[in-house]
Amino acid sequence: MSFFTDLQKTLRQNIREYGMFIALFLIMAIFTATTDGVFISPRNISNLLNQTGYIAVLAVGMTLVIVIRHIDLSVGFLAGFLGAIAAIALTSWGLPVYIVIPMVLVMGVLAGCITAFPVAQLGIPSFVASLAGWLIYRGAILLVTLKTGTIIIPDEAFNAIGNGYISDIPGLDSFLPELHKLTLLLGLIAIVFYIISEINSRRNKIAYNFEVLSSGVFALKLIFMSALIGLITWVLAGYNGLSWTVVIVLIVVGVYHFVTTQTVLGRHIYAMGGNPEAAQLSGINVKKLIYVVFGSMGMLSALSGILFASRLQSATTTAGTLFELDAIAAAYVGGVSAAGGVGKVTGSIIGALVMLSLTSGMNLMGIDISLQYIVRGAVLVMAVVFDVATRTSGK
Amino acid sequence: MDTPILEMKDITKEFPGVKALSNVSFRVKKGEIHCLVGENGAGKSTLMKVLSGVYPYGSYTGDILFDGEPQKFFNIRDSERAGIAIIYQELALVPEMTVYENIFLGNEIKGRFVIDWNETIKRAGDALKKVRLNVNPETKVKDLGVGKQQLVEIAKALSKDVKLLILDEPTAALNEDDSENLLNLLRELRGHGVTCILISHKLKEVIEIADSVTVLRDGQTICTLDAAQGEVTENRLIKNMVGREINNIYPPKEKREVGESLLEVRNWNAYSPALGRVILRDVNFNVRKGEIVGIAGLMGSGRTELALSIFGNPVGYQIRGDIYIKGKKKSFHHPQDAISAGVAYVTEDRKGNGLVLIQDVKQNITLANLREIAKRSVVNDNMEVKVANEYKTSLNIKTPTVEQKVMNLSGGNQQKVSVAKWLFVKPDVLILDEPTRGIDVGAKFEIYTIMRRLVSQGMGIIMISSELPEVLGMSDRIYIVSSGRITGELPIEEATQEKIMQMATN
Ligand SMILES: Nc1ncnc2c1ncn2[C@@H]1O[C@H](COP(=O)(O)OP(=O)(O)OP(=O)(O)O)[C@@H](O)[C@H]1O
Ligand SMILES: [Mg+2]
Repeated sequence: MSFFTDLQKTLRQNIREYGMFIALFLIMAIFTATTDGVFISPRNISNLLNQTGYIAVLAVGMTLVIVIRHIDLSVGFLAGFLGAIAAIALTSWGLPVYIVIPMVLVMGVLAGCITAFPVAQLGIPSFVASLAGWLIYRGAILLVTLKTGTIIIPDEAFNAIGNGYISDIPGLDSFLPELHKLTLLLGLIAIVFYIISEINSRRNKIAYNFEVLSSGVFALKLIFMSALIGLITWVLAGYNGLSWTVVIVLIVVGVYHFVTTQTVLGRHIYAMGGNPEAAQLSGINVKKLIYVVFGSMGMLSALSGILFASRLQSATTTAGTLFELDAIAAAYVGGVSAAGGVGKVTGSIIGALVMLSLTSGMNLMGIDISLQYIVRGAVLVMAVVFDVATRTSGK
Repeated sequence: MDTPILEMKDITKEFPGVKALSNVSFRVKKGEIHCLVGENGAGKSTLMKVLSGVYPYGSYTGDILFDGEPQKFFNIRDSERAGIAIIYQELALVPEMTVYENIFLGNEIKGRFVIDWNETIKRAGDALKKVRLNVNPETKVKDLGVGKQQLVEIAKALSKDVKLLILDEPTAALNEDDSENLLNLLRELRGHGVTCILISHKLKEVIEIADSVTVLRDGQTICTLDAAQGEVTENRLIKNMVGREINNIYPPKEKREVGESLLEVRNWNAYSPALGRVILRDVNFNVRKGEIVGIAGLMGSGRTELALSIFGNPVGYQIRGDIYIKGKKKSFHHPQDAISAGVAYVTEDRKGNGLVLIQDVKQNITLANLREIAKRSVVNDNMEVKVANEYKTSLNIKTPTVEQKVMNLSGGNQQKVSVAKWLFVKPDVLILDEPTRGIDVGAKFEIYTIMRRLVSQGMGIIMISSELPEVLGMSDRIYIVSSGRITGELPIEEATQEKIMQMATN
């Protein structure tokens, strides 16, 4: 009996965080029903995750940009431009992959810092500075692809980033032949790791006499999350296993989640978003933070460009079009606040998944593109309204 | 005169984890000036927000009777329509708009389709006359001082035909003259039949102006005192507010040795490009180990600018002059430099640039010294809570947990969080800018005690304050600032209010 009241209370208090999971779950359930299960098929889910990749990494970076009360509109075409540079470096310049990728990432950081310069030094609104970047990089893509048009990338290693899957444990072919064993193993490790870390943090909190979830609700949460990870792993293992794109996204999210929640740098970023003047007077170098956040955004744009070019196995003249808006929408759907100082990296990833699931599901259902835009717009508004409504009622 | 205009009965209001008001009763007679006093977090602001509909009917329990009628206010508009106007602790004017636009904001005078600006300006002029504010209605609000802005707020309220005017700590940020002005205005309004509720921590002015006083403590009504019966005395107010007697407002000074010079500023000049004028001229002063140095002066004399320009100059003044820390010449290009040299600055405007309101108590306390609780740049959350709880206890911060968002604390407790934040930096020199603004007598005493303890442990404190009694009661030495210059230095033995005022105004 008290278990249900506990559960109700927990849900009500954390409605904002769980709301997104519930929304994602609902969307997936609806599409599964309307497409006779095609939506949830291993192949489609695997595809969906691979398509989310290049928006997801942008959404991660955009989260931080919005948290510090700025915006970066240039990321889409920057990604496209750097994808084209990667293609040119691989083909015309004949550079190897292991040089091209770090080189392009560094160029991304530089590009981000260039956008940050007028913002940090002169106080120019980032909307304007990055709008200029939008125009410039758009021109730049056209310029570098002027002679060739679409550049086909023949490099297999490079193309594997967007299309390949991690290889399986060798010598186990006879055991569970339809499934990808390494993926299952990694999934299992993830579940164990998750449970141990949750139990540890709960024990720690109890030692400090903090309020914790009641043991019933806690167990339910563990079971639910483990089941979720397990399910995704199972579905993926049934196709080709983990793709390199998913691995990359997981690493990026892991690193950014750690930095934003656990480190001094993360704290400084959120404090600056909450009150820039107070942050500055607390000895935080806000100019430096602007460079750091935009620099990271630039690096992730480069990564997004690489993922996209690799997925298409080519660089096109229109690569990156509207990526920035998808990333911004994902961040807002994921609970970032425009007022600054609020928003989680993990939320934005869920936001990206929500938006991409919509696209994928509606494509499967054969819904016309015009309607798709309208639906996505409506979902964006609903998500933000929900977010604002739950925030004020929490007061 | 004895009919109540307002009766609030059995008001109970809860926030998650806090019972801000429990069964509060509050009665205000028609045409009186009724003061509401109590410690920080006693529930004064909350009670007024219940009354004015900020917390809508249904989010609290109890009854409100206004003008003999039971009332259900669902928002501020409802209470305004009934004739209640509230002026909040924080001013709510739009700085970039003109005085007349502000006065009629949300209440625009329309012609057939569009705003009738001529009529607006004329009526704004009338409203300004009522509050005896002699400014051109076309001035932008940001170009007025705080005192005048306060009067604009009142003019705005009066333009709406109010019966009951509520002012939440209106004089906290005003100097003596402006405060006196405001109190006179309230008396005049009383003459015109406007009832007034005034929240204040300045007991002197409460005694001076109140017809009756209601004391709240811990969300409960303690008593209502009647001035005509001679019940409103300082001792009685304090005793009812705090629940015990406080005999000395200032803790006793111990004999201490004053040591080496910790911070010295020489030939300090600052020019503000934003304002286009020189704001500090040839300032020389120092603070030594074990002493509290008071900096007195009128509002706008340049004291906060002085502190900011020393503290790493975040505003970007052009500066000439030298800073010496323990005799060594230093230059600070960023607040960070000042902090690492052992200087801390508790700002005057805690909401504007002191605290991150959307973050919780513990995050605010540790913000300026995160490295202390981090190992290789990774923050130790548990240590953070431990540190925060230590300050919660030692400064007596009233909050259910250190995980409470700072915006949910009462004004005075927010101030304590600011102080805690800078104590955690463990500085050698602590600059306090108006440290007791908006703080109740009990908490003031606590902060004063902490200051004494810190100097006896070897810190040097610079206290900027507009409260002369506080400057005289706490300082070991006093500098007086006027128009960006230091116009005098007095050892405490020679200092008097008259001398300071004279130096501050020349
Ligand atoms: N939105 C809120 N959420 C949670 N607690 C709140 C909120 N607003 C006020 N409180 C709590 O209610 C209590 C009363 O606060 P209130 O602001 O009314 O105090 P006050 O008497 O006006 O104090 P001060 O003199 O410091 O302004 C405090 O303990 C405060 O922390
Ligand atoms: Mg208050």
